[in-house]
Amino acid sequence: MSANAKPEPIGGPLWTPAFKVLAAIFGVSALLMIWRFAAGLGATTGLSDGYPWGIWIAFDVVTGTALGCGGYAMAFLVYIFNKGEYHPLVRPAVLTSALGYTMAAVAIHLDVGRPPFIYKIPIFPGWWNLNSVLLEVALCVMIYVGVLWLELSPAFFEQWQKKGAHPTLKKVADTFSPIVNTLMIPILAVGVLLPSMHQTSLGALMLLGGQKVHGLWQTPFMPLLFLITCIAMGYGVVVMESQLATTIFHRRRETQLLARMAVVPAYLTLAYLAIRLVDIVLRGRLGLAFAFNVQALMFWVEMALFIGGTAMLFSPKARGTAQGQFQAAMLLVLAGVIYRLDAYLVAYNPGRNWTYFPAVPEVLITVGIVAAELMAYLYIVKRYPILGGASEAAHN
Amino acid sequence: MGRVDKKPSPEVRLENPSWGRRDFMKVCTMAAAAVGLPSWAAEKMAQAAASPKKPSVIWLHFQECTGCTESLLRTSHPDVANLILDLISLDYHETLFAAAGFNAEEVLQKTMEENAGKYVLVVEGAIPTKENGIYCKIAGKTAVDMLNEVAAKAGAIIAIGSCASWGGIPSADPNPTGATGAPEILKGKTVVTLPGCPANPYNLLGVVLQYATFGTLPALDAKARPLFAYARVIHEDCPRRPHFDAGRFVGKFGDEGHKLGYCLYKTGCKGPATHANCSLLSFGEVPGAWPIGIGHPCVGCTEQALAFRVPIHTTVEVDRPTPPDTYAPLHADHSNVGPVATGVAGLVGGALIGAGLMAAKKLGEAPEKEK
Amino acid sequence: MTVDRRSVLKGMAAAGALTALGSAVEPALEARDRRVPPPDAMGMLYDATKCIGCKTCMVACQDANDLPRDTRNSGGLYDAPDDLNSKCKNIIKLFKDADRMSYMKAQCMHCVDPACINACMLGSLKKREHGIVTWHGERCTGCRYCGIACPYGVPKYEFEKAWPKVIKCEMCSHRIAKGQQPACCEVCPRQAVIYGKYTELLAEAKARIKDSPKLYEPKVFGETDGGGTQVLYLSKAGVSFQDLGLPDLGETPVPEMQQVIQHSLYQGFIAPVALFAVFGAVIWRNRKSAGEEVKP
Repeated sequence: MSANAKPEPIGGPLWTPAFKVLAAIFGVSALLMIWRFAAGLGATTGLSDGYPWGIWIAFDVVTGTALGCGGYAMAFLVYIFNKGEYHPLVRPAVLTSALGYTMAAVAIHLDVGRPPFIYKIPIFPGWWNLNSVLLEVALCVMIYVGVLWLELSPAFFEQWQKKGAHPTLKKVADTFSPIVNTLMIPILAVGVLLPSMHQTSLGALMLLGGQKVHGLWQTPFMPLLFLITCIAMGYGVVVMESQLATTIFHRRRETQLLARMAVVPAYLTLAYLAIRLVDIVLRGRLGLAFAFNVQALMFWVEMALFIGGTAMLFSPKARGTAQGQFQAAMLLVLAGVIYRLDAYLVAYNPGRNWTYFPAVPEVLITVGIVAAELMAYLYIVKRYPILGGASEAAHN
Repeated sequence: MGRVDKKPSPEVRLENPSWGRRDFMKVCTMAAAAVGLPSWAAEKMAQAAASPKKPSVIWLHFQECTGCTESLLRTSHPDVANLILDLISLDYHETLFAAAGFNAEEVLQKTMEENAGKYVLVVEGAIPTKENGIYCKIAGKTAVDMLNEVAAKAGAIIAIGSCASWGGIPSADPNPTGATGAPEILKGKTVVTLPGCPANPYNLLGVVLQYATFGTLPALDAKARPLFAYARVIHEDCPRRPHFDAGRFVGKFGDEGHKLGYCLYKTGCKGPATHANCSLLSFGEVPGAWPIGIGHPCVGCTEQALAFRVPIHTTVEVDRPTPPDTYAPLHADHSNVGPVATGVAGLVGGALIGAGLMAAKKLGEAPEKEK
Repeated sequence: MTVDRRSVLKGMAAAGALTALGSAVEPALEARDRRVPPPDAMGMLYDATKCIGCKTCMVACQDANDLPRDTRNSGGLYDAPDDLNSKCKNIIKLFKDADRMSYMKAQCMHCVDPACINACMLGSLKKREHGIVTWHGERCTGCRYCGIACPYGVPKYEFEKAWPKVIKCEMCSHRIAKGQQPACCEVCPRQAVIYGKYTELLAEAKARIKDSPKLYEPKVFGETDGGGTQVLYLSKAGVSFQDLGLPDLGETPVPEMQQVIQHSLYQGFIAPVALFAVFGAVIWRNRKSAGEEVKP
């Protein structure tokens, strides 16, 4: 394998106009977060007894972690399937994942009614209910957030070991870098194991919703379908992130490299479609897709996005251009997002004329969390060696 | 000496041929029961009545129609004869007097002197105040002066009827005479008010007999009305209440609902806002002989805010509604989508999709930097 | 140029294997042992034919559980909840159509195999004495998964509070501990809802159907529904339990499917450990063949 171009901090000013806008959005959101803790969930969200879970779970946690599966997807490709040419895509993917999972963790603290008690979960193993899928998700995600930052830590250590770095930071890097390097293989192995577990579990959560979940989504295969789509979304996010970053920061594009990779999510989505549609037909639920209601409509929206994105990715011409692969990836990612929002919200009907729509503070807090995530991304890629050039081999 | 003729009325004589002690106790027991005093009060009442000094009562009439006196005449337990012959000493009453002129005025003065601090003053009718009170003068004195004079040495003061309580009909707009209730004139003194047009005579009997027997007055509300009669509104004890609760109303007089005795709320019944015990204690001994009982909405005759002010057919607010006989539905309506939230969420979603499309476009425009 | 087809096929085969596993799991549903009520199970029996809708049970429940009045539907004037909520653990609802009517008492069903307990991460909700499902706040993070899980929509949440609790009927376990009955059963003037040993109540319910077949729907709801409930229901003839708002759950315990999938994947934590070993081995072997340090 040829040498990879080393990742470098992009540099440049941090407080760009875009950054300031993001900071302002986050500022508003932070005030709303304080209000949420002071006044409770009822005052700041559209949550109710009928819909105890809203966008903070369905989007921030469930979808947010799926969008953060880029690191997981890349780890599979690079470390399990040994495709070293994709190595330059790993760090940015792990960064996006670390931020995505951290965002999900923040959202969880906002969503649960008694946030301080979250820490009783790892502290009291004697209390664990091993039948609870949510327990698995909680423990797994808690560990995985740490694992992701550990996977990313070499980038921080690299920067802190450079000339001109703060002496304390250099000391930290000197102390911990060797330890992390020694443990990197188990860390990576855990980093591939844990998302396999909790992304499956995130799919299994709504199994307990039983008849309240619409027949086009409720299936024992839901855990598997969530796992497949999250990996596909991971690759999709990597493509989108790479094209956006290289464009915004005026770097060399990685289009050809991404084009070769982009066919993987296409195959995955084929598997997803096969499993889902066969399951629906065999269960006799196909008729539901032709009803005149929101659920049927959203089902077809999902199908259109999945099929559209997949078809584009199977076309070498479409996936060969930056625009084409970005659009295709966006369709697939959007499909996965909507699949999750549907499974948790649109398909969830507790009866008794309950409705749910997120309240304004609820939406703004989510937007603020995303803004914070973007701010962190910008800061880290500008000050730490995350983005690199593609290897020579990638241009052939 | 101006005392009322001692001969009992013919009806009384027929019902009670001989006035033995047993009959007398019966009367006292009935009287006690009728006004809600405990049964052992009858014994005390008999003792008080048997004592040589029966409580003295002075009854003043001002701007009134004498309806309250007429109501009193139609009681039966005790009837007015028993009342004034055996239980109290009605020393001054312009309607029931045999005396007149200087004779009557002498009696008034003498009664006030002999029973100073102990007599019960009953006021019937409003007191005009405009132009120094000249619109009602008796024996050359204005009503205001007369009231102040007699009230000065009274042991207890009772204002019977809406007129004496707060001004009544004479005080209706534009109130040309400045008609006022007795409590307004006698500021600072405790004046038991018994509003009503007429007041239910049993409410008066209750207060008077309690004072006569025990020397105390009943518990009063903020408007000095006895709680035993005025604590609740008509609506709370109305016999047509089930119709109200079930939503069965009279639309107009003579319609099917009216014939079936439905609730009169929509015809303007002031029951929900009127404190009185008409639904519990009939008038004139005929059960059901009260406005709602005969199919006419209550006009709120006890309430200064309502009577002769608010039109009879104007509906009132129900002050303390009890729950209707409805149940939680099996599928309650819990929808709560707000338009603002929808808008904001739409904006955010739209912005994201728009940004994505723009980014894709930009990628298409910018040259491939790799080649 | 495409990604190495072999690797993709490897992946699809794995997916296929998982699918097959999933299909194999379904027959395993019958093999799993189903829960039964504990031997000292106590329950309630609600006979809709006897209920007169007086709502005394609602008032008694509020008093016994120190619940505030829910006056939101009456402009602050009187207590009139329209559903179970954070101020109402027990409610009387009315089913009425053109020619049928029946009252329906709704509260926690105290299931034999509760979905809420299956969901609860730290065991805040548990079946405690007599099989009564109770909630203990010191373990509750407020995740509200119990609200998602319950097919009867029983667990309600104090969204209006900054430190919220889960609110649901606990069969007055605090009164039962003192030898008293649940408040609703104690005050019912028609004995429409009664408290007693679960086995006796079930027998009583069946006896009532047998003695008066024209009066009752020929089924005791809760005998097997959703795995069984310790609160049993009898309905008027001609009024189905679905008319009364109870879901049609069949006999399968609500948490069963999820538990089976969960256990197939995680039994003994074997699969995760094995996967970890496999991943570790593969990464290590790849590092060797790449001849360079493995580092993100």
